[in-house]
Amino acid sequence: MTDLPSPTPLHALHLGLGGRMVPFAGYDLPVNYPAGIIAEHLWTRENAGLFDVSHMGQAVLSGPAAAQRLESLLPGDLQALPLRRIRYSQFTNEDGGILDDLMATRLDAAGEKLFLVVNAACKGQDFAHLQANLPDLRLDILHDRALLALQGPKAAQALERHIAGVSALAFMAQQDFIWRGETLFVSRSGYTGEDGFEISIAADFASDFAETLLAEEEVQAIGLGARDSLRLEAGLCLYGHDIDTTTSPIEAGLNWSISKRRRAEGGFPGAARVQKELAEGVARLRVGLVLDGKAPAREGADIADESGAIVGRVTSGGFAPSLSKPIAMGYVAPRCAAPGTALSLIVRGKPLRARVTAFPFVPNRYHR
Amino acid sequence: MSHILFTKDHEYIVVEGDVGTVGITDFAQCQLGDVVFVELPEIGKATKPGEQAGVVESVKAASDVFAPISGEVVEVNAALEDNPALVNEDAQGKGWFYKVKIADPAELEGLMDEAAYKALLDSHA
Repeated sequence: MTDLPSPTPLHALHLGLGGRMVPFAGYDLPVNYPAGIIAEHLWTRENAGLFDVSHMGQAVLSGPAAAQRLESLLPGDLQALPLRRIRYSQFTNEDGGILDDLMATRLDAAGEKLFLVVNAACKGQDFAHLQANLPDLRLDILHDRALLALQGPKAAQALERHIAGVSALAFMAQQDFIWRGETLFVSRSGYTGEDGFEISIAADFASDFAETLLAEEEVQAIGLGARDSLRLEAGLCLYGHDIDTTTSPIEAGLNWSISKRRRAEGGFPGAARVQKELAEGVARLRVGLVLDGKAPAREGADIADESGAIVGRVTSGGFAPSLSKPIAMGYVAPRCAAPGTALSLIVRGKPLRARVTAFPFVPNRYHR
Repeated sequence: MSHILFTKDHEYIVVEGDVGTVGITDFAQCQLGDVVFVELPEIGKATKPGEQAGVVESVKAASDVFAPISGEVVEVNAALEDNPALVNEDAQGKGWFYKVKIADPAELEGLMDEAAYKALLDSHA
């Protein structure tokens, strides 16, 4: 075993662009390029940012009743998922905690073939979990494919120049396109709150494709730092921080990802907790927090109410470039979760004033 | 006549008579990336070498800033409150953090001069 981080298919491109490389989930990835996190973040909100997310796990799950069978491991409604549509869901454990979150795309009308994208840090565990629990289904792990995300209000116009018809794709829909003879799995989805695409491509062609996109005037390469600040402003969860094996989808405010049928029927690990929380309420709730001052509060900071009592903890926090102020998310007691509630975030022993805010911090601009 | 000295933690001190101007080095700001907030020590604070005397926050993370020497904080750079990006733009100039009245000039001998600090950076590269 070696601890050296693996290169992605775009590694040489990152180095050539001057990326500041860091180890992340076992991969050597750019945290930022010379422009810096703030410039990269703002570029993505105004133009189009290209992200290397090849570290994420890609797989195709297939076999009889695959969609129905996968529902035994997650609360998402995959049977109602139309052809070539994408659902966000979570693998849950028996306690109703979250093992990982994922995107699932239905690839055939019969519901016997699904494309899955899971988090890099969890992918080994996720794939083992699928194989152990669904041994009669086939799991093809797509080791030889890179994943790129093109995000921002000008993503569609830039991509359309190379892939005719791609801008007609609906939000949370998927379609295969051919680029220079290669099949691309193109999804209209992302992790920034902006319109955009996630594109799975054979590893050998990824660098050429990335360079083709970077040659467009709207497109700049964006590192992990801005990926994190963009998703935080969009109010999206980062696995291992905002959601983990102790948090339920209901505590995390992910109720929207669980359909009426799945709530009623259960049939996924930890359904009892999810159903109980839906009926009786939760012990804590994920909320957004906007700070009054300029000092950011980071993951782990205690959250106090106006009497000074500790009511929760920050799970993600940082500076929001689009708002020019610090924001955070964390879990608090439900009595403190209403937007507008004044709370304090304890940073280096000092209380920083903050207010509960509805997600997202920055309005979503998905393609509708 | 002023001269600049460095710590292994990438702080600098520009010594002019019995007052030193302290900040983080250009190398440090480059490593941190965009600085969004600087927590400065209070005027009158007694500093001790190697002890925390401020915090610099980048978009990604908070980093402690350590005092290079013993002394008393006599002035802080108020301009950083409104424009923390000065640290990125001019770390060893307009991006200074605070000024300290030097308690024991002998402590300066334990710091690196420009050539020694450059050698330290080269050994990282």
